[in-house]
Amino acid sequence: MTHELKASFAFVERNFFLTRRYWGWELAFLVYSVAGALSISLIGVEQGSPTLLLSLMIGAIFWNYLSVVFSWIAETIAVERWEGTLEYTFMAPVRRWTQLLGSCSYAIVYGLIHTAAILVVLVLFFPQLHLSQANPATAATFMALGSFSFVGIGMMAAILPLLYVERGAQMCFVLQSCLLLVSGVYYSVDILPPWMQALSHLSPATYVLDGVRQGLIEGTPVTALWGDIWPLLIMAVTFIPLGIWAFGRAERYAKRTGKLKRVG
Amino acid sequence: MTTTTTPQPNTRRPAVVSSARPSTSTVDRRIDDARTGVPALLVDHVTKRFTLGRGRPPVSAVDDVSLRLERGEIHGILGANGSGKSTLIRLICGLLTLDEGRVEIFGLDLERDEMAVKRLINRVSVDAAFFKKLSPLENLSFAARLYGLDAGTGKRDAMAILARLGIGEKRVGRPIEQMSRGMQQKVAIARALLTSPSLLLLDEPTTGLDPRSKLEVQGFIEELRTTHDATIVLTTHDLAEAERLCDRISILNDGRVVAASTPDGLKRLVAERHDQPATLEAAFMTWTGRSLDDDLEAEEDSDDED
Repeated sequence: MTHELKASFAFVERNFFLTRRYWGWELAFLVYSVAGALSISLIGVEQGSPTLLLSLMIGAIFWNYLSVVFSWIAETIAVERWEGTLEYTFMAPVRRWTQLLGSCSYAIVYGLIHTAAILVVLVLFFPQLHLSQANPATAATFMALGSFSFVGIGMMAAILPLLYVERGAQMCFVLQSCLLLVSGVYYSVDILPPWMQALSHLSPATYVLDGVRQGLIEGTPVTALWGDIWPLLIMAVTFIPLGIWAFGRAERYAKRTGKLKRVG
Repeated sequence: MTTTTTPQPNTRRPAVVSSARPSTSTVDRRIDDARTGVPALLVDHVTKRFTLGRGRPPVSAVDDVSLRLERGEIHGILGANGSGKSTLIRLICGLLTLDEGRVEIFGLDLERDEMAVKRLINRVSVDAAFFKKLSPLENLSFAARLYGLDAGTGKRDAMAILARLGIGEKRVGRPIEQMSRGMQQKVAIARALLTSPSLLLLDEPTTGLDPRSKLEVQGFIEELRTTHDATIVLTTHDLAEAERLCDRISILNDGRVVAASTPDGLKRLVAERHDQPATLEAAFMTWTGRSLDDDLEAEEDSDDED
């Protein structure tokens, strides 16, 4: 177990090295994310509605967090395939959950730092915000629960680049876009067509955003939001084991069909 | 099969040890292994097929291949492009599943004892696959942690091996993408050695290198034989390299082993049985099903038809 945890840290450290080397892109990505969050939030200012402003801000900030976590995990295989290191990582004496644990841990820490930077800019930009009623514990609880669910979905999405050499990364991008569309990031899911509303129930982001909004805008305690908590609990408990299991099956399939081999 | 002589990953470091002959302990261990009959690598009737499209019959990339390597041996695998050399290496690494047969490394079954086997092997492939934006030290640090070395030991060993391979302190912190192909390949070899593998799989490690880099890498492989107690499988297209480095050679053709012996044995066989010059080139051309004369005749026939 100690070896596995140490090996898990290898992925954290390597991803940190990568972030450091690509600092220019990281900065550009952060500026783009801040600009995007500000642009969306300014719609609330234009409408003269503090509630809408806060709702849009929450959408922008928490979607940024969830999408960053999802991207890091889902791309953990795509990046290795791109660099050609996938076979070497799969040859190493580490269990797959060790690799996924390291990638997920870094994704969460990275996502928190990235999101905190955006939050600071938004709070400074909109000093008129009143958060005296806000319940930060509710927001933190939903963020934590949502992280587990997104880790599970990320693990399952990471299978795609394992199975589809080129199209896998594209499929991940499409999946992330669909989650954005159906999760009510900037609007209520009630305005969606019925078939999309049905899909919104399958996205953990729907429950996270609803819970965070109720906590920060109306000050609702976690205990009053059981309707949003239990789906997230079920998703967290099922998605992560399902992700690890599915990843293992996909790895076996890739080894049987020769899909680990570097292409390009 | 007994596992009593299954080694731990090598603790001796090739970068800092240099001697002309195998150490006494190395020889003793080889004798012990020979006595107990545990080969360093046993490939037993291994077959791997791939399906290249729906409705098309599977193609055998490796077809009923058997090999047995004793500890400390360098075993060459020769074959034309597409003959199954790299597939065989991937099968031994566990990067491909076996359709038939079994592979044992120091008595451990490749599939059943997966984690233990992984600790004993490493590989250098023709393409030096790294995170190119990261430095050699950062890439090697990652590999060291995956194989259970702590950060301090990993860094110290990495620096020593890189220095032995001619990569000085000034270069270890720069991105690998700024290095020449030869330098990158040396870092790839350093990455494999860092984990002290008992079985090292070298898949065309000198392909694409300039003559100086090629000689340096070959010299280092020779040094491994004499100092590191590693068993090595080497695939190559360079027949002089195979002759210089390998104790024994297997020639693959269409996924099958068509000849196997010492380099001198192969030369003798091709001269005696096929009335060809006693060279490794003649052996290669004969057993891979084509000779230069065949190629020329085919070309002439083609010209006549035109």
